[in-house]
Amino acid sequence: MPESHIASFGRFRRSHEFWLLMVILGLCASLGFANAQFLTMQNLFDLLTSYAFVGILALGLLVVLIAGGIDISFTATASVAQYVTLSLANAYGANWMSVFAIAIGIGGALGALNAIFIQKLRIPSIIVSVATLNIFYGLLIFFTGGKYIYSLPDWFATGIFWFEFEWGKDSSYGVNLQILALALAFLVTWLLLNRTNIGRQIYAMGGNADAAQRLGFHIFGLNILVYCYMGVMAGIASLIQAQLAQSVAPTVLVGKELDVVAAVVLGGASLMGGVGTVLGTFLGLTLLAVLQNGIILLGVSSYWSPFFVGLFILISVSATAWSQRERRSRSARR
Amino acid sequence: MSNAPALSLRRRMVGLAGSGTVATLILLLLALWVVFAVTIGDRFFSVSTLQSMAFQMPELGILSLAMMLALLSGGLNLSIIATANLSGLTIAFLLTRYIPGSQGLAWVGIQVLAIAAGFAVAALVGLLNGFVIAYLGVSPILATLGTMTLCKGIAIGLSRGNVISGFPEPIVFIGNGTVFGVPFALIVLAFCALPVALMLNATPFGAKVYMIGSNEKATRYSGVDTRAVLLKLYVFSSLLAGVAAVVMLARFNSANAAYGESYLLVTILAGVLGGIDPFGGFGKVGGLLLALIILQVISSAFNLLNLSQFLTLAIWGGILIAVAAVPHFAGKAPR
Repeated sequence: MPESHIASFGRFRRSHEFWLLMVILGLCASLGFANAQFLTMQNLFDLLTSYAFVGILALGLLVVLIAGGIDISFTATASVAQYVTLSLANAYGANWMSVFAIAIGIGGALGALNAIFIQKLRIPSIIVSVATLNIFYGLLIFFTGGKYIYSLPDWFATGIFWFEFEWGKDSSYGVNLQILALALAFLVTWLLLNRTNIGRQIYAMGGNADAAQRLGFHIFGLNILVYCYMGVMAGIASLIQAQLAQSVAPTVLVGKELDVVAAVVLGGASLMGGVGTVLGTFLGLTLLAVLQNGIILLGVSSYWSPFFVGLFILISVSATAWSQRERRSRSARR
Repeated sequence: MSNAPALSLRRRMVGLAGSGTVATLILLLLALWVVFAVTIGDRFFSVSTLQSMAFQMPELGILSLAMMLALLSGGLNLSIIATANLSGLTIAFLLTRYIPGSQGLAWVGIQVLAIAAGFAVAALVGLLNGFVIAYLGVSPILATLGTMTLCKGIAIGLSRGNVISGFPEPIVFIGNGTVFGVPFALIVLAFCALPVALMLNATPFGAKVYMIGSNEKATRYSGVDTRAVLLKLYVFSSLLAGVAAVVMLARFNSANAAYGESYLLVTILAGVLGGIDPFGGFGKVGGLLLALIILQVISSAFNLLNLSQFLTLAIWGGILIAVAAVPHFAGKAPR
């Protein structure tokens, strides 16, 4: 049906995602012109690998934001999951299955704790997650003394490398642990939000929690699921970060939570709930990655990187708010 | 009026919750004092302990006031720390550039001008925040996330991440001096808290801020220029961050783009612990100060007990959840 295609393209053209895509394409084209390094396979794979950590966390946060909540404790959750999992793996031995099972279990459990505080004690999610961030992180450093773990199991340090292929003269590429996990996280989150009944319920709950409750949705169950999902994503992200860094550093993740928030909100998710897409999050993440990578390739000192990121966030959120206001006033005039 | 009973019920509930928080906090503070008096003894009440508490509180206190203003309007200001650091670096740059070699009136003038320049930078950031939030309609979290990153970027870009240090005596005095045994920084905190409390409770502007926090739309339809109020509010919030900048750079005798980053979430914690509704409309400066004292007492006591500062963080988080949950348990009994 071509007509519906045209209609849906028209809708896409007016969406936040469309403008984001245009900005990214413009940036990529100009960066490609300015520096031949930018549009190479090497750079693409490096970017995917280094932004996988932020990307996986962003997908977890996207689900929480759509449900109408917020979570900023995920960096602490990731630090705990990372430390405990790899300490256990060092002490008792483990394989891929078991390290992921442990990290996911820890992440999910800490996420559930957030959901219980939010739902059963009726405390706003921002307060709970500020509190649990401090609790998880404080206890972790108290019990571990903040010591880094440098020796990881050999198989873990080696990582995985699938579908190796040659490109150009002497460089080979493949799907590594980071890229694989990022792709899976995108796929699962997309399926959850767009192809399941639960996904629709999450959107509905974020749009109007009271209405959702009166429709008979299991609000507590949904909240448990949403915050556990965030925790699970934090657990997975923590392992791929440790594998990339080749060490466990309990003090370096906490403090990075707002980077993840930036990626998600650049992608158009609303902090009021009910709004946000996986495509938008992917584009927000891409914009962030291209921006930071491009600045370095252009020879601008990386000290200036946050300046440009901040500028783009301000312009992007202002433009979105402005266009919404225009649309509202136009529909009001009609 | 048909909705009068509903309104009065709501008001009564809010009144209970409000006074409930303060009562809870006072009880908590007394309990903490008893516990620490038993476990630590006289050392906990010594002059030097009290003085070190009084030295540590002002930075966090002034930053929490800055956060509180935004919270009361139903917003949030994530840019306070970055603003403080940018304005601190401005002051530090001017001081270290022009103070050496200057004497007499110029020596005094440069210090005053440097601090004025720092406040000007803070006010500019506040104007930007206020404009984007009030006139463009961007949600405060997103807007201040943007300005936070922007300010941090300018600060890091210009200073290349370096520390600027070495200030003249009067500046260092602001952070480390005492007047009749009272730390000067604490006096600065008082000079911030008092006007803010008066502004919120005794002026039409303050009333409008609380109204916006309770219901922005209704406030606008009742004829209040909510945009102008919000713009001013974010400028005030930023100026408080500027004051915090002076105290911070004076205490460390240095400035850097990354100082105090861990304070950001603690200011929210302190505010909410002090009974400020994170969705706006309710909260008093008194409650915030009480919360700050509680946080400081725990921190100092743990320090005396040789317990990790990270355990302090965990306890702060636990207390936040406990106090936030009190209305829930208190409300359960009558219902």
